[in-house]
Amino acid sequence: MTGRGSPGLPAAPDVVEEALEASRATACVVIVDEVSDANVRFANNTTTTNGVRRDRRVTVVSVVEGPSGTRAGVAAASVPLDIAALVAASESVAADSEPADDASPLEPTGSDADFETPPEMTDLGVFAPLLEGLGPAFASARAEGRVLAGFASHELRTTYLGSTAGGRRRHVAPTGAFELVARTADGSASSWAGVGTPNFADVSLAELDAQLRHRLDWARRRIDLEPGRYEVILPPDAVADLVLELGFAASGREAEDGGTVYSAGSGRTRIGERLTGLPFALWSDPRAPGLECAPFVIAPASSADTSVFDNGQPIGEVYWIRDGVLDRLRYHRAGARRSHVVFAPPADNLLLALPGVQSSFADLVAHTERGLLLTCLWYIREVDRATLLLTGLTRDGVYLVDGGEVVGAVNNFRFNESPLDVLGRTIEASQTVRALSREWHEWANRTAMPGLRVAEFNMSSVSPAS
Amino acid sequence: MVGFDEGFAALPFAALRSAALDRAASFGCRHADLRIERIRTQSVVLRDARLEGAVDDVTVGMGIRVVRDGAFGFAGTVEIGVDAAASLATRAAEAAAVTARAGGEAVELADEPDHGTVEWTAPYRVDPTEVPLADKIARLGAWSADLLGAREVDHVTASLLCVAEDKYFANLVGTVATQRRVRLQPSLEALAVADDSSSFETMRTVAPPVGRGYEYLDEKGWDFAGEVAEIPELLAEKLRAPSVEPGPYDLVIDPTNLWLTIHESVGHATELDRALGYEAGYAGTSFATIDKLGHLRYGSDLMDVTGDRTAPYGLASIGYDDEGVAAQQFDLVSGGVLVGYQLDRRAAALAGIGRSNGCAYADSPLNIAVQRMANVSLRPAAGRGPTTDELIESVARGIYIVGDKSWSIDMQRYNFQFTGQRFFLIDHGRLAGQLRDVAYQATTTDFWGSLAGLGGESTYLLGGAFNCGKGQPGQIAPVSHGAPSALFTQIRVLNTRAEAGR
Repeated sequence: MTGRGSPGLPAAPDVVEEALEASRATACVVIVDEVSDANVRFANNTTTTNGVRRDRRVTVVSVVEGPSGTRAGVAAASVPLDIAALVAASESVAADSEPADDASPLEPTGSDADFETPPEMTDLGVFAPLLEGLGPAFASARAEGRVLAGFASHELRTTYLGSTAGGRRRHVAPTGAFELVARTADGSASSWAGVGTPNFADVSLAELDAQLRHRLDWARRRIDLEPGRYEVILPPDAVADLVLELGFAASGREAEDGGTVYSAGSGRTRIGERLTGLPFALWSDPRAPGLECAPFVIAPASSADTSVFDNGQPIGEVYWIRDGVLDRLRYHRAGARRSHVVFAPPADNLLLALPGVQSSFADLVAHTERGLLLTCLWYIREVDRATLLLTGLTRDGVYLVDGGEVVGAVNNFRFNESPLDVLGRTIEASQTVRALSREWHEWANRTAMPGLRVAEFNMSSVSPAS
Repeated sequence: MVGFDEGFAALPFAALRSAALDRAASFGCRHADLRIERIRTQSVVLRDARLEGAVDDVTVGMGIRVVRDGAFGFAGTVEIGVDAAASLATRAAEAAAVTARAGGEAVELADEPDHGTVEWTAPYRVDPTEVPLADKIARLGAWSADLLGAREVDHVTASLLCVAEDKYFANLVGTVATQRRVRLQPSLEALAVADDSSSFETMRTVAPPVGRGYEYLDEKGWDFAGEVAEIPELLAEKLRAPSVEPGPYDLVIDPTNLWLTIHESVGHATELDRALGYEAGYAGTSFATIDKLGHLRYGSDLMDVTGDRTAPYGLASIGYDDEGVAAQQFDLVSGGVLVGYQLDRRAAALAGIGRSNGCAYADSPLNIAVQRMANVSLRPAAGRGPTTDELIESVARGIYIVGDKSWSIDMQRYNFQFTGQRFFLIDHGRLAGQLRDVAYQATTTDFWGSLAGLGGESTYLLGGAFNCGKGQPGQIAPVSHGAPSALFTQIRVLNTRAEAGR
């Protein structure tokens, strides 16, 4: 998978050393992100756009101790022609700044033996089997009255992190996704399939195409249903759409300020409170098989619960919800100290499971007397922060299940639901598998979720869209 | 090149252009365009008047798009140099060859003349990215302190986003366009928690993001001090306000809210690439398909909507688009009937409707240009027209909605749901206090069909956003939407607490 390098760009480890050497600040962190990516898009049974890209971002964090406190300054650039100038810019931002609320001492980060290794490169070759299959897939779709659309993307992000406190880290994050949508020629029915993958070795166009053909067959019978509360079966991908929002909202500081679903009032959070009747576990783990991601903090900017001072801090397994009880929220080190909680930075993945379940996703359908089998959710937005009420649409396939079997396709709906209530009204979960959130995968590719059978899901109105 | 970033202006453009375009021509590419861009992005965030984070980021890069063997090929890099430009063109040509082998229809682009060598700069006085961070912290800090000083306010977040875009474009027919524009988005949000901690409410400023310089913060186009001064009392009233009774209401919608409804229900629905199915896999399609052009009844007779890439201070305004097409103004809906689409050169050629109206944009030199939104705006009433108060006076029972918040619409742009910042009950033509928990939900053509009153020019405001998302890989685009205050009759209003089963 190693493609052509970029002979004109100075080597990332050298950039790190040069910047650290140029630093006149009390302390300094340098992050070099080397990004190589390739993508291909198709629609209307034809390839459309594509791209091969080479990106680099150098971020310099300067820490300046002063009489009034510790200040931080960040400057970043794609390719600094003058590394010393970028370092000086970050120092001048620090001088311009106020004492940082998130200040913590920089600590040695440990070192990786492969720090000097060049970044990994990808190109369109990673899609070769997929692209070979596309032409025949377009041809049979045209012949059989189907229209295919989709997208394949593969990114290799190699991050180099060095600090004046000591330590040199390197991490390669492979991120890939493939999505396929099949529509009938008249546009009356459609279905979607998506997979997350580190390398595309496990992606089969033929398998996904067959799956979508099967679902379009289900849609030969069309059933119109009114809005209302329905039992629904959410596939793991749709569960990821909703549950990722639980993660996004899990800021400790914002919960203490009183403005989120995790707030308990008077500066307190709901940590320790039971959130779901069933003993769900929600966690992140940089070593989760198939979902591996950086085992140390990479923070090019500070926010309510992320701090540039924490760069290089180790990341381990963290349970956000354990046995249905809220166990942790996100804090940076300074915030964790202030709030007397353990500092536990999140890995770039999210997993949900109901321990001990044996059911497959097919079992959830088979166990449903009457309900709606969904495919994926779309255009999800927060409506009310207090309840984490979300609105959104069903998309590309809603099916009526009657007596444990799919009997036809149903119109789309707008829903209004909170993911906490969805977990709270879960009747049955299936085993956790890798999932791809259609709504959020560009920002959160690495998820593993169960399917869920949920009572009284609020379908607020009908969407005529198909 | 006056006004451009010095480092950008010093790049060897002519040599880079020759290297890239000559190489593309040597592969027999029918079309090739080179973009070299410098984009500086800054963000500053304060929480409770203390700095939470600041970012100052510069992207410099090159991207080249070719059409070869009937297929697009695109390559982008942050490496700048003559050799890099030539090898980038090779990579784009190879990418086209690879995708051409997968088969499909041949890419055609609508003709656009050679515009020669041109320069365009947006109207602004002070580049916001050149203003020292200390000044930004001081301004946001002072407004935050004013809000925090009010008894009613518990917490405040404040942010300022600033962008400067320098862009060089050159294509095979000979157009060479060098352009610069700036924009900024200031925002403050106050949070109030009820004394017994039983509930909370937030209220955000409704000052729009604009394609102006830093002078915007000095009362050029918005009264920031006035808005900050009124928020504590408005927020306290909202926290005490009754929860809305769901049902149909007449809505007077302020342009600070209506811009987003226009964006979602008209802006995206009249993008021709969507209407033709080219976004079916992601952003979606459109109910306004091309067979309905010229006769689809989109809304009432009062509805006139234009697309415009020339509006002063518009976030989507520019001289030439990212396919070398001169910026234009055009009609989308006239007298309530669909009469046009937003186009790029490929969609214009596919539909056989002549020249592109200049809506191609890429958010980065590393992304291929796609059709993005013009400033899509609703025309105010002709002549003096009603004031917002006069629209309110015409309503027996309704809600006046100010500021945008939550938004969602389906993939064919039929069914939408919006909330807002401030909701005032209208009782027999007068405002009768605020309401909480309001959302409005409708189908696009029903909603616009119920348009019963337009405010005049005095109510007109250019709202907008920095972050309209589209395409895969995802791209964001800045866009403005002008609107007057407007009256819509009998729109379904939901109670969001009831929707959550509370």
